[in-house]
Amino acid sequence: MSKMQDFMAWVDHRLPVTVTFEKHMSKYYAPKNFNFWYFFGVFSMLMLANQILTGVWLTMSYTPTAEGAFASVEYIMRDVELGWLLRYMHSTGASFFFLVVYMHMFRGLMYGSYQKPRELIWIFGMFIYLMLMAEAFMGYVLPWGQMSYWGAQVIISLFGAIPVIGPDLVEWVRGDFLISGITLNRFFALHVIALPLVIVALVILHILALHEVGSNNPDGVDIKKYKDENGAPLDGVPFHPYYTVHDLVGIVVFLFVFCFVLFFFPEGGGYFLEKPNFEEANPLKTPEHIVPVWYVGAYYTILRAITFDIGPINSQLGGVIAMGAAIAILFVLPWLDRSPVKSWRYKGLISRINLVVFAIFFALLTWLGTKPASGLYQILGQIGTVVYFAWFITLPYISKNEKTKPVPERV
Amino acid sequence: MSNDGVNNGRRRFLIATTAVGGGVGAVGVAVPFVKSWAPNEKAKAAGAPAKADISKVEPGAMITVAWRGKPVYIVNRTDESVGFLEGLADSLKDPNNEDKGQQPVYADNVQRSRKPEIAVIEGVCTHLGCAPKFYPEVKPEPFDDNWKGGFFCPCHGSRFDLAGRVFQGSPAAKNLAVPPHSYLDENTLIIGVDEENS
Repeated sequence: MSKMQDFMAWVDHRLPVTVTFEKHMSKYYAPKNFNFWYFFGVFSMLMLANQILTGVWLTMSYTPTAEGAFASVEYIMRDVELGWLLRYMHSTGASFFFLVVYMHMFRGLMYGSYQKPRELIWIFGMFIYLMLMAEAFMGYVLPWGQMSYWGAQVIISLFGAIPVIGPDLVEWVRGDFLISGITLNRFFALHVIALPLVIVALVILHILALHEVGSNNPDGVDIKKYKDENGAPLDGVPFHPYYTVHDLVGIVVFLFVFCFVLFFFPEGGGYFLEKPNFEEANPLKTPEHIVPVWYVGAYYTILRAITFDIGPINSQLGGVIAMGAAIAILFVLPWLDRSPVKSWRYKGLISRINLVVFAIFFALLTWLGTKPASGLYQILGQIGTVVYFAWFITLPYISKNEKTKPVPERV
Repeated sequence: MSNDGVNNGRRRFLIATTAVGGGVGAVGVAVPFVKSWAPNEKAKAAGAPAKADISKVEPGAMITVAWRGKPVYIVNRTDESVGFLEGLADSLKDPNNEDKGQQPVYADNVQRSRKPEIAVIEGVCTHLGCAPKFYPEVKPEPFDDNWKGGFFCPCHGSRFDLAGRVFQGSPAAKNLAVPPHSYLDENTLIIGVDEENS
């Protein structure tokens, strides 16, 4: 045995490095028919790494106080060597993170990747998505611009709609009678330590659950049915080296796109970094339109769509309930889809049309969230809200009753 | 190890008591973590009363002072504006101050103030906390053709009259809060203190 093999044998007796590498990489069989949509999981991991790395560097120059935060961000942008680049990698990275996560989720919807036996993968994924929204929200408060401040004011006030405990809860979350430096400081702690730890842990669970049952594929075929004499699926290839090399190509292309936006449109035309956020937070003056960053726009539209009282529930609480329900219903999706087939390729026409309509309306709701809620926008938001929930509510009936095409035995 | 002669009842009891004991300990440990998030002494001190000189506020004008960091609007309402307040009742959600938590007892009247012309109102929208904007003029506004003067929240479109009462059709459900306030003398208003001359 060579020196290297001796060393690995020594380590393997003490830590299961080789076994783990084989289990998750070189002997993890992934279906051979992955397509374009299967890049977005690895892109999400890449963006997570980007956010953590640039985030750590940003904390080195950032000041989490009401007096110093806004100035310290400008200090990063102007005085710190390449600070502007690190900051834009982080802020543009956040938007790209959500973009790839949304593509990743849509992939799951198309190919039924949430269906049995992958319910837990979906649920861990939804927790990641939920934590990402919290992480992004708190991160957006840190530059302490006008939109940071008033966005936080609006979102934290949501808790105030909860009957009885609401007002006290809001005060407890803020740690003050209004959003202040105290709130900023605790959001900083949560943004840089607590939530990243939770998100990383959830990502690990997401992948462990995936590797336990194996990856789905665009045909929704179970590749574990047909195995060769060594027990390896006939329609699978080892993740390493086949998909690691394959994904590297995707990453290179993705980074071209990312860098193009990063260097030429870092503010995303006011969608990644909103214009009022270049003005320092002023507790006495609300900006003309308070809108969230694009990636949570859909839920914001749903929140604002409820302008009427529903029985004993006033419009404010109604909006909060609708928004909460819009997120909560995603968690139970594996039990709403009762189709015998996974992939939309073998589902009925209605299912396929419905999914496209749902995606279009989700995009519409997202866009509306960045617009003022009045006139036509308001009505469109209400229609979109109905369509959003209608998709979930009709799913069990449509998926159970429609005629499906036979799924092939092999890929 | 043999499981013969195991007293299952005792084992279950010991497991249960250990779990309960541990649970109580965990709750105890959580106390400082939860408590530390409440408003601290410094934040409470910053919530001290705020004084405002209203001698220079012309009829129809408004000044904003910060109390507990929140904007407090002090409006010197014109006689015409005060006159409008009675007639608006039909279009308001809570014209008669049914929600007693939104104003001190001495402001539980149509004007929601100690002096009929001077309105003291927290500029914090009861919907989601934005600062409503002051639209004092009696003229058609984009959000209301029959506008008699008041406040309009730019965030989600809640409308309030010049006494801070919310109009029907607004996402906000409650009237704007009237903070505790009193007059030190004719022209000096103190916000955060209920009693006169204290």
